[in-house]
Amino acid sequence: MARDPADFALEGPAAISAEAGAPAEAGGAPAAGLGPWRLALRRLKGNKTALAFGALFVVLVAMCLAAPLYADHVAHTDPYKNHLTEKIVIDGKKTNVVSLDGIPIGPTWEGKFFLGADINGRDTAVRLLYGGRNSLLIGVSAALITAFLSVIVGAIAGYFRGFTDTVLSRTLDVIWAFPVLLLGVALGTALTISGLDLGPIHVSGDSKWVPILIIAVVYVPYMARPIRGQVLSLREKEFVEAARAQGAGHLRIMFSEILPNLSSIVIVFFPLMVANAILLEAALGFLGVGVQPPEPSWGTMIGDGVDRILSGPHLAIVPGAMLVLTVLALNVFGDGVRDAFDPRSKIRLEQ
Amino acid sequence: MARFAVRRIGQMLVVMFAVSVLTFLIFNVIPGGDPALRMAGKQPDPGQLKIIREEWGFDEPVYVQYEETMKKVFTADLVSYSTQQDVIQEIWRRAPRTFALALGAAILWMVFSIALGVFTAIRAGQFSDRFLTVLALIGISMPVFWIGALMNYYIGFKWGILPNGGYVPITEDPWEWFKHLLMPWAALSILFIGVYSRILRSNVLDTMNDDFVRTARAKGLPERQVFLKHVLRNSLIPIVTLWGLDFGAVLGGGAILTETVFDLQGVGQYAAESVDQLDVPPVLAITMFGAFFIVLLNTVVDILYAALDPRIRLN
Repeated sequence: MARDPADFALEGPAAISAEAGAPAEAGGAPAAGLGPWRLALRRLKGNKTALAFGALFVVLVAMCLAAPLYADHVAHTDPYKNHLTEKIVIDGKKTNVVSLDGIPIGPTWEGKFFLGADINGRDTAVRLLYGGRNSLLIGVSAALITAFLSVIVGAIAGYFRGFTDTVLSRTLDVIWAFPVLLLGVALGTALTISGLDLGPIHVSGDSKWVPILIIAVVYVPYMARPIRGQVLSLREKEFVEAARAQGAGHLRIMFSEILPNLSSIVIVFFPLMVANAILLEAALGFLGVGVQPPEPSWGTMIGDGVDRILSGPHLAIVPGAMLVLTVLALNVFGDGVRDAFDPRSKIRLEQ
Repeated sequence: MARFAVRRIGQMLVVMFAVSVLTFLIFNVIPGGDPALRMAGKQPDPGQLKIIREEWGFDEPVYVQYEETMKKVFTADLVSYSTQQDVIQEIWRRAPRTFALALGAAILWMVFSIALGVFTAIRAGQFSDRFLTVLALIGISMPVFWIGALMNYYIGFKWGILPNGGYVPITEDPWEWFKHLLMPWAALSILFIGVYSRILRSNVLDTMNDDFVRTARAKGLPERQVFLKHVLRNSLIPIVTLWGLDFGAVLGGGAILTETVFDLQGVGQYAAESVDQLDVPPVLAITMFGAFFIVLLNTVVDILYAALDPRIRLN
């Protein structure tokens, strides 16, 4: 930590608050990690596979963001409108969107019903893009909250050790002893029925916040543990000792010495966390406790498709393939990021 | 060894207790979760509700309810709120299905992970390594119920190679039992093979550079023995830990999606069905059942550890 000692002379520990910590963190991070960060970026640039899959993810996100454009200008419908009784012209023949015995048409590879219709006669391609917005929103938000909570829990447990650590770590162990999905489904069923009241904030049962919060909480142990480990070793480092010797308080040490050094572990975890969150959203959707109808998400679309697979396998294949592609892109990119930040694994790859 | 066993049993009791409290709390802090309302049917009258509440003890404070329920768990007369079925009996009926699924899948994924992990490590950097690594990543990125449903549809329904879903007890017809479980085993294993083989691959590559491996070579051991006794043995340690956790979770009903998609009617599927009904007693019993297996398998792993790494002693 190349830090001007005058800083400490100017702001004594008594003056330190969370606000005072924030600019110090912003100023401290580059000084602390300029070398490693540049190196990591350079390594990532050299990993063409990871970059290609990262780009694929960006393209997928852009496609989902452009969903309204596609719906208005190409498919001329919206994700909720059903076309049950309509007919469209394929190869010069008029065909029912949903046949009389309830079988929806498959992919037409044309503007309308490009990927077919679902059993309510809704355009699968349009729902796929809108569903992607929900899945991605849930995945990214949940991963952000998981990261936030894990850093708080991990940093407190690792920094203060002792009794605090024991309480926090055991709590995490109990959550860990639960099968992730069972916990998710239990919380999901409960919350979708009654909603959630957090003081003045009310979250209604069909809100997207329900799956976001569940996924975020369920994954905290997986991320908080390694962060705690990192903090345990950081707090013994010379620069922390130096700060302590200069009279810095707990908050100051936490915000300007410990937290900036956790950024790489958080960055390494983040893409993989988003991938896992999207997968868990899908599982919750399949079990009926994720995003509530008529809102689409990849999870609920796969769930519906699996239930009705006999009336058209495309109903399950299309959203599933999209989800696999997205999660795969995140996983490969995330691997690349990890290798870039962890030179040891890079050496391993070059063998 | 005795002290180790006592400590482990103590640990198991603590985890099971904590899990049961957490489960109970999840369901009891929820306002919409009032079981009396659901039991009373669509238009409950207040008198009827009162009778149900008194009969089932829902009017008692939460801790009394918890105590009562736990007593029933241990005397095996726990009854489901929604179906009035005997919960322990139902778990008992379904447990063999879950065990069959877990055991077969665990063997399958361990064998394939080791084979794949070792192969890709030896071929590191070559085309076959890259290709298989991508396959492993695809395996990790697939939702199990999705690949399961597609297998069920194509292999089971469309081409009719294997039965699509359901379960036949091994005592009735071992061949049918095997055929019914083949797809669930495969579907469940795919994810684990992806995860494990990647970890094993990087462990093997790491260990190959360790000093003790160089020493083993220097003292003239044949390459085969260096690999099996020194490299592989050490690389397997983290995999064994994971295997214990995951096998325990699947045994304890964690394979909710696989069981549901193939309609195996196992413990996990029972959990999913009960949760859907906000039916506390089965969920409570199943989570404790799951916690029991997780701790049990952790113990097995610790013993395996000591066998793999002589430096580790159980006490």
